[in-house]
Amino acid sequence: MSLAQSQSVAEIKARNKEIIDEVLKVYPEKTAKRRAKHLNVHEAGKSDCGVKSNIKSIPGVMTIRGCAYAGSKGVVWGPIKDMIHISHGPVGCGQYSWAARRNYYIGTTGIDTFVTMQFTSDFQEKDIVFGGDKKLAKIMDEIQELFPLNNGITVQSECPIGLIGDDIEAVSKAKSKEYDGKTIVPVRCEGFRGVSQSLGHHIANDAIRDWIFDKIPADAAPRFEPSPYDVAIIGDYNIGGDAWSSRILLEEMGLRVVAQWSGDGSLAELEATPKAKLNVLHCYRSMNYISRHMEEKYGIPWCEYNFFGPSKIAESLRKIASYFDDKIKEGAERVIAKYQPLMDAVIAKYRPRLEGKTVMLYVGGLRPRHVIGAYEDLGMEVVGTGYEFAHNDDYQRTAQHYVKDGTIIYDDVTGYEFEKFVEKIQPDLVGSGIKEKYVFQKMGVPFRQMHSWDYSGPYHGYDGFAIFARDMDMAINSPVWKMTQAPWKAAPKPTLLAAE
Amino acid sequence: MSLRQIAFYGKGGIGKSTTSQNTLAALAQMGHRILIVGCDPKADSTRLILHAKAQDTILSLAANAGSVEDLEIEDVMKVGFQDIRCVESGGPEPGVGCAGRGVITSINFLEENGAYEDIDYVSYDVLGDVVCGGFAMPIRENKAQEIYIVMSGEMMAMYAANNISKGILKYANSGGVRLGGLVCNERQTDKELELAEALAAKLGTKLIYFVPRDNIVQHAELRRMTVIEYAPESQQAQHYRNLAERVHNNGGKGIIPTPITMDELEDMLMEHGIMKSVDESEVGKTAAELAV
Repeated sequence: MSLAQSQSVAEIKARNKEIIDEVLKVYPEKTAKRRAKHLNVHEAGKSDCGVKSNIKSIPGVMTIRGCAYAGSKGVVWGPIKDMIHISHGPVGCGQYSWAARRNYYIGTTGIDTFVTMQFTSDFQEKDIVFGGDKKLAKIMDEIQELFPLNNGITVQSECPIGLIGDDIEAVSKAKSKEYDGKTIVPVRCEGFRGVSQSLGHHIANDAIRDWIFDKIPADAAPRFEPSPYDVAIIGDYNIGGDAWSSRILLEEMGLRVVAQWSGDGSLAELEATPKAKLNVLHCYRSMNYISRHMEEKYGIPWCEYNFFGPSKIAESLRKIASYFDDKIKEGAERVIAKYQPLMDAVIAKYRPRLEGKTVMLYVGGLRPRHVIGAYEDLGMEVVGTGYEFAHNDDYQRTAQHYVKDGTIIYDDVTGYEFEKFVEKIQPDLVGSGIKEKYVFQKMGVPFRQMHSWDYSGPYHGYDGFAIFARDMDMAINSPVWKMTQAPWKAAPKPTLLAAE
Repeated sequence: MSLRQIAFYGKGGIGKSTTSQNTLAALAQMGHRILIVGCDPKADSTRLILHAKAQDTILSLAANAGSVEDLEIEDVMKVGFQDIRCVESGGPEPGVGCAGRGVITSINFLEENGAYEDIDYVSYDVLGDVVCGGFAMPIRENKAQEIYIVMSGEMMAMYAANNISKGILKYANSGGVRLGGLVCNERQTDKELELAEALAAKLGTKLIYFVPRDNIVQHAELRRMTVIEYAPESQQAQHYRNLAERVHNNGGKGIIPTPITMDELEDMLMEHGIMKSVDESEVGKTAAELAV
């Protein structure tokens, strides 16, 4: 279906620039000027993608971004399974983030783990007027009574908490004292703070530093017997089991994973991490802050990696191994060799069905760049990509290691822009979120949710790649797309129209 | 007559509640049916009329009952001197929650439950400064039409009066709120009457009344009474009756104020010799530094 097959890079660049100009034309002058800075065509050799990022969205556009609460409760803290996370404020934020983001975990929900449950202070008018601190204290008492096996509590602030100045720190301290030093973490992640969920990640990282790391006594006994091969997985939220299919590779190469942040993670794992030898960081955007902190304070180096697709996995395993001795380096080679036949089989099966297909992405933290390698392993090409809440360092990584010359780049894309880009470029697949899914499917474009893996996964690791390949084939080559043309239309045209 | 909705604003401690309750008591004696809505978390706007601090505020009752929807108007309305009806919004203890939201909640409750039926005057008594949107509630659309600012000859009281005028100006065009005038509560500062009149002129309004200072007000307050009730024959009671008369005759004569800048306000004080002109080079210098 793709129209771009036979075009040269120069032609693609010219076409993409034209599309951007066309899209900008519908905006008022001031808006067009501002949005123009977020849209670009990548030039090979440049150090970044040439777009502005981490700037407030423009009122009136349909942004796909989330809020600081989403970044803290939904991303960083929510998956910590043995702590109870209170959505402090009116019921809506907790209701709509109920059941989490498919952050899989092991445990008995409601007994020793609580990820898919929802705890909220369900603010009423009187709590706004008289303050929610008394109610918060009561909820903590109820949690202690009803869920005695919880290992800690966090308070995830919704907007009104910041507006009325609820003193959640005082309540947390008092209750922590009452319950023999129990870990209770107040998090100031009110949704109105910052421009996207990104600030929520940072605030949540800082809360771990201040309320967990800094509360560990300097002379506390280590939580585990140290070995030279202790690593912590940072920034893997175990969506559909991603962290599990990553962890086994690290273990097979001889490393010992002492903590998972934060998918299937626990308070004990957070507390253990300052004694790790290396932090391996998957989602740079949401957890670079705590990784840098651990480097500065505890001297733990950190290493970014990418477990999407065999090429990047092999590269990453070798990179991680380079921090260790020959035993681990040999282990990495052994793991790569072991899985090579499986990967060859997957590629042999799916590459012929997917070769040359084009993809446009629009996702969050790391995926707009990290999954590009996996698509390329299948012979596919990412022709457009963008981030909801990236900063410039993400676009630097994207430009230097991932995207091809001429790729169209869209930061904090608006609903209108994204629809128009897809309509003009006619990719074979769009990968984005649930809000975008039906828009594009109704346009007749195959679609995969790249936040939740469309209720599939894992996609990380070698096992994940097999599932990834199957899912992409399933989406693109589904027979349903041949039936999207009305039978009474004699001459079907290969164009997709945005629903306006 | 149609319902008159008025409000008393002014710097904290200026005597808003005392002035408003005495004025309203006098209006009640003139035969008007009055409702006082206290919009101060301290809930002392009706103390002199009820002879007691209102215990059952809208918000405390609502908090006990679960929500404001669970209340009846009879639960919160008390009747005091001269059949004046009184409600207090109440609010949180200092330092917690959101008192401004409380005012909004209370006023909506009163409107929805017909508290404004069969009365001639609603008077809102609002705390000190208009610190946030909640405390501006009474001057928004369809609420108070006339604002009376209680002030004195003190610099900060005039500064507050000017700020409140800015608040009125903000809502004057979208709603119908107007500045009714200034009421000067005498503090016996220098050239007080002259200054009050000058400020009124700058704001484009007039000084409605100059209430002289008299200890009888304190005597009445100690007994939780208005002067109108405590000493109806006194000179001070007559002053409040005069003020009530002026307010009553002032209906529909409110104006959109023309607030001035801080510099203009300082210039005005200098003009009247209250503040000495200061050499710019001396600004920010301590006394010790200036003595050198």
